[in-house]
Amino acid sequence: MADGIRDKVAILGMGCSRFGERWDCSAEDLMVESFAEALADAGIEQDRIEAAWFGMSVDEHGLGKSALSLTSALRLPNIAATRVENMCATGTEALRGAVYGVASGAYDIALAMGVEKLKDTGYGGLPERTKGTFEDLWFPSVTAPGSFAQFASAYVARHGIDMDGLKEAMAHVSWKSHENGARNPKAHLRSRVSKEKILAAPMIAYPLGLYDCCGVSDGSACAIVTTPAIAEKLGRTGPLVTVKSMQLALSNGSEVGFDGWDGSYAVTTRLAAQRAYREAGIRDPRAELDLIEVHDCFSITELVTMEDLGLADPGQGWREVLAGSFDSTGQVPCNIDGGLKCFGHPIGATGLRMAYEVYQQLRGNAGERQLGSPRLGLTHNLGGYPNKNVCSISILGTC
Amino acid sequence: MQKRGIMSFGAYVPRRRLDRQTIAQANAWASPGLVNAARGARAMCAHDEDSITMAVAAGRAVPFAGAAVASLRFASTTMPFADRLNATLIGEALSLPATIRTADLSGSLRSGVGALLGAIEAGGDELVIAADNRQARPGSPQELRLGDGAAAILVGSRDLIAEYVASRSVSVDFNDHYRSRDARFDYVLEERWARELGQFGIIPPLVSALLEKAGVDATELRHCVFAHFSAQEAQAVAKRCGIAAEAVVADLHGEVGDTGAAHPLLLLTKALQAAAPGELILLLGYGHGAEAILLRATDRIGEARAMTGADAQVDTGVADRNYLRFLSFNGLLQMDWGMRAERDNRTAQSAFFRHRQTVTQAVGGRCTACGTPQFPRSRVCVNPECHATDTQEAEGFADKRATVKSFTEDWLGLSFNPPLMYGNIRFEGGGVAMLEFSDFEPGELHVGAPLELAFRIKDIDEKRGFRRYCWKAIPPRAAVSSTSQETANG
Repeated sequence: MADGIRDKVAILGMGCSRFGERWDCSAEDLMVESFAEALADAGIEQDRIEAAWFGMSVDEHGLGKSALSLTSALRLPNIAATRVENMCATGTEALRGAVYGVASGAYDIALAMGVEKLKDTGYGGLPERTKGTFEDLWFPSVTAPGSFAQFASAYVARHGIDMDGLKEAMAHVSWKSHENGARNPKAHLRSRVSKEKILAAPMIAYPLGLYDCCGVSDGSACAIVTTPAIAEKLGRTGPLVTVKSMQLALSNGSEVGFDGWDGSYAVTTRLAAQRAYREAGIRDPRAELDLIEVHDCFSITELVTMEDLGLADPGQGWREVLAGSFDSTGQVPCNIDGGLKCFGHPIGATGLRMAYEVYQQLRGNAGERQLGSPRLGLTHNLGGYPNKNVCSISILGTC
Repeated sequence: MQKRGIMSFGAYVPRRRLDRQTIAQANAWASPGLVNAARGARAMCAHDEDSITMAVAAGRAVPFAGAAVASLRFASTTMPFADRLNATLIGEALSLPATIRTADLSGSLRSGVGALLGAIEAGGDELVIAADNRQARPGSPQELRLGDGAAAILVGSRDLIAEYVASRSVSVDFNDHYRSRDARFDYVLEERWARELGQFGIIPPLVSALLEKAGVDATELRHCVFAHFSAQEAQAVAKRCGIAAEAVVADLHGEVGDTGAAHPLLLLTKALQAAAPGELILLLGYGHGAEAILLRATDRIGEARAMTGADAQVDTGVADRNYLRFLSFNGLLQMDWGMRAERDNRTAQSAFFRHRQTVTQAVGGRCTACGTPQFPRSRVCVNPECHATDTQEAEGFADKRATVKSFTEDWLGLSFNPPLMYGNIRFEGGGVAMLEFSDFEPGELHVGAPLELAFRIKDIDEKRGFRRYCWKAIPPRAAVSSTSQETANG
């Protein structure tokens, strides 16, 4: 039986561009920006990289297909490079490719790069896209906020609470992310916002107001990975961050097409979390995880994810949020870097951005927002719709 | 000769009723005279309705029990397609067999009655549907007078609620109004001329000839349908025909407006629901001549009262006072819908053809291994405990009731009646899906809210002149309280 990925791969270096409305930058510029940081962090020459995985989701019309935009932007020396795409888990998929490439023994050192240049699409929010020749014929023209907003109506119905109470907890989620983002120089949104302002914001998709929605940003993030032994040989100093688990769960259509799910949680997050904890050897996630970076595309997503990750009992997530359990000073700080909400959400880069924050925290390099001496952190992506999605969960730790 | 006549019927009037004073007040700066004439309300199509969707709604209201439908005639002066058989699409949406004959009949307001007469003259169970989505220039008298609606009549030789007695036609190139092929609106002529030489000149001799042919005296007529005229004009026509004033069927002007080719048939449903056994009904189709049909209610006419007629539809409307929205729905006001409206709605016709049972008929699957109903149908069963391959048989979802599992009102997504509403729904008897909602006002949706399905416009491809249709979830019509209800953002 396979023994998983735990401790087989170490992160040698990471980089992350400043996120935001980078009118000054192309996607290529953003890649150069994050790669320079990663390379310096890794302390190696570029020619040591043997293979690359490139994550980019919706900017295909800007960058074209394949990983050629990556290899050309960085002038990589004709190495193997592959583009991966898995909705909002795209960045994590690039990391998974590189990690598995090293773990397989095929490569000593591999690069994972994620990028998205959303602001050139011209849209507020994500651009309109076809849902395929079949679904375009009958499926609603849903948007991301509209699909995720449905967590809220289903959650309220399932747990018998009122929407005002849930809205207050959702406002706390966004308030907390703005507090955290304000302390992150690379974040897209760096202003503090009051809960009153959050609750009074214009409606985007009921019950999500403007501040319940994450930023739509440009940005890139990347990782250079190798084996722990090579990292040691290269004279790596400071805590060595290794991959404890990388799990992925995709819907198979049962949530949207079979009546076994009430819409108040993400089936895939629960499955991926169980697998990730098993792979990482975690028994009590709430006690063992020192920080989490979750997919707060919308405030309600973060709230239900607390339950789906087993960090709050079903139906209690909103109370835990209001009690501050996931604030920077809480038991399990969540999205200490501002999350998708404030760091921003360049889709292809997001998973790697989360890993970047966990990595910096584990190595004690998070500056003003450093959380003591954490040893174990989790990243979570949820792409698609609550009723049909891609979920990735990764756990990074120090040995 | 075998007796022919009407077996059953259905009617559809869009839910939204625009208050005529709203129209008149908005246009009073240009035409102050409209204000005094504006009484009651007119039915208006929702943003996702047209003659085809209304025809399907009216057709679905027809009780088909025991009928073997041989043909579908669709009559309208506002057919969405000039060369794509509208009746064929309607027939498929009604899940009628592909072996039926279909025909579109147009060219005049009288085409609805003409289609009915054709069905009577044919030999089998024949379905006739008429629908019109009337178009009028802002500020015109027609804008006040016209309305949108549909009616469907099932004609046959058995279980008749009304039998055919006789008919008479006259064709005269009398143009009190006309519309050229490329015109959007009717060109309307002087009404006194239209009345004196048209209505009074054409109808009394025609009715007289019909009654003579049938051996019936005008005073024996109990229910007379004179559509497209004002109440005074209808009475004047009746008087000239020797018909009692009280025999004239109320024209629905106050609640619906003139629904064009559908209107005589819509009023006929009123007559059928009011008639007693043996009573005579005169149905007039008027336009560029006229045709008159004489019907006699049978002993089964009482069954008509349980059918969906115009009155039931009139009673389940929602008052609307938003004139700008009406203009926008009719394409008379270019709203700024933002970049999302630039989306290319090209239809992959080969994919549509392959999937049209799913798309046009809302036919999903039922797994014969585990019994799970599922939409859409797929090769591998969706039940996680089953996952059997190629076990599904066709399962219709169009007539199932459902409830809301989760929902949103999406102000970001593109809708021509924002917000775009959609959600996960649960069908009675099993099966779930995510569908778009229509006919709900903001604030009306809640988890557990009852739903039924309706055939509506999905997208319009302006670039290629195509429109596609799909099934959406709407509040059950009976659940709509009354016309006293106001729209939330009216």
